[in-house]
Amino acid sequence: MRDVSIIGIGQTPVGELWEKSLRHLAHDAIVAALRDAGTGQADALYVGNMLSGELAEQEHLGALFADFAGLRGIEAFKIEAACASGAAALRVGHMAVASGLYDMVIVCGVEKMTDAIGADTTAALALAADQEYEVSQGVSFVALNALLMRRYMYEYNVPHEAFAGFSVNAHRNGAGNPNAMFRRPITAETYRRAAMIADPINLMDSSPICDGAAVVVLAPSDLASDGRGSGPAVRILASTSATDSLAIHDRRDPLFLEAAYLSSQKAYVQAGVTPADIDLFELHDAFSIMSALSLEATGFARRGEGVRWAEDDGERIAIDGELPLSTMGGLKARGHPVGATGVYQVVEVVQQLRGEAGVNQVKDARLGMAQNIGGSGATVITHVLAAE
Amino acid sequence: MRIARNWRTRQQRYSLVGEVCTECGNKIFPPRDVCPHCTGPAQLPYTLSGRGEVYSYSTMYSAPKGFEEYLPYTVALVQLKEGPMLTAQLTDVDADEVRIGMPVEMVTRKIREDGEAGQILYGYKFRSVLA
Repeated sequence: MRDVSIIGIGQTPVGELWEKSLRHLAHDAIVAALRDAGTGQADALYVGNMLSGELAEQEHLGALFADFAGLRGIEAFKIEAACASGAAALRVGHMAVASGLYDMVIVCGVEKMTDAIGADTTAALALAADQEYEVSQGVSFVALNALLMRRYMYEYNVPHEAFAGFSVNAHRNGAGNPNAMFRRPITAETYRRAAMIADPINLMDSSPICDGAAVVVLAPSDLASDGRGSGPAVRILASTSATDSLAIHDRRDPLFLEAAYLSSQKAYVQAGVTPADIDLFELHDAFSIMSALSLEATGFARRGEGVRWAEDDGERIAIDGELPLSTMGGLKARGHPVGATGVYQVVEVVQQLRGEAGVNQVKDARLGMAQNIGGSGATVITHVLAAE
Repeated sequence: MRIARNWRTRQQRYSLVGEVCTECGNKIFPPRDVCPHCTGPAQLPYTLSGRGEVYSYSTMYSAPKGFEEYLPYTVALVQLKEGPMLTAQLTDVDADEVRIGMPVEMVTRKIREDGEAGQILYGYKFRSVLA
């Protein structure tokens, strides 16, 4: 097995991008990343996407994007793992380079959600859950997270306002990211007053529906430091994934994200690090309850105490805090174009480790972690990256 | 839900037919053929009582396509007294009266209609157990 580095990154702004089609989003991010890597060629393209068939009426994305980006002929296909599709594509890309099969691989996460109307999008997102025994009952994906949040609040005696700091922090960081969908800070008061979607989850607990594409270019680490790219290469110290039951009701303990635990434990071993070594963490804050549960499963908090990281408007998780989270806005403020999210997270960790995060730069960032969650926790993929 | 899938899952949705593991004795719902507790074969049908309590709940104000007309409605995770947990709507109860731990029982109700000419889907919902 060879060490793998990220030698190029690219991203489109995230938002309601009606002027851009699915293929144009992918193209823009691929071209930007190849330019950043200082190359025009690649051996393979792996696409992370969840809902192109449902919401953009297009499948067969590998060949489509390879052709559209001027790479006709290379190996290319789509990888799907619900909201973790982006990181899943990176896992596959990592395997292809680490194994020695390829020397230059493009990983593109892309989602086009805003062509469809609200109820269709809500139904499509619910495909991540168990169709026969969750979704058939009328439960939405938001409601599944609401069931977890209500139980968490009950078991640990936590008021809803206690989660506000996660959203306040995400929006504070989104304001400093030119590619973020939401670029205005919010207050805890905004959070408290937000419209209810699925009680107790309100609009400010939830990440937005949006479009976007993000790309990383991978190469073996020993070939990555030839100074060809525009930025320093960033090494992937760990790439791991794990699974749990699709349905929440089938879990041994619904309030423990077992796949997040397994995936992060494998990642710590692979990278030879502990949670205390991590300088910043791009976690899967699709809903604020997911932030609390992720922090507990990945070893940053004891059971029932993940929510405490949100105290004081998220002071301890801010850019200059003890454990910076969602440093470019996270899913909440940068946006959550589902199949693209896992690649956005990694692109942002690379920005931080290269020292290219602008006003959101985490000082002396050497080690960053990204964790992408599919469904309500059924697929969890963790990457640990280090500055060279 | 498509007609064939509706038909395939009718025993589960109308009468909570799950399975019992012949190795460890755990009751399983929905049926899955491999026991999630011991990974032994679990293919012996077992009908659950439909009695349990609310593990968690949420009242929804935004619904997936096909369920918009029923908004707002309350969904729950119900812990059945035999052990398994399932996801279902609550019925015959005001949203603000629902509590975690509330005893509930299964009833058969209409889940949705697929338009004027489509099928009408029936299945389980849960209501508060009358004292």
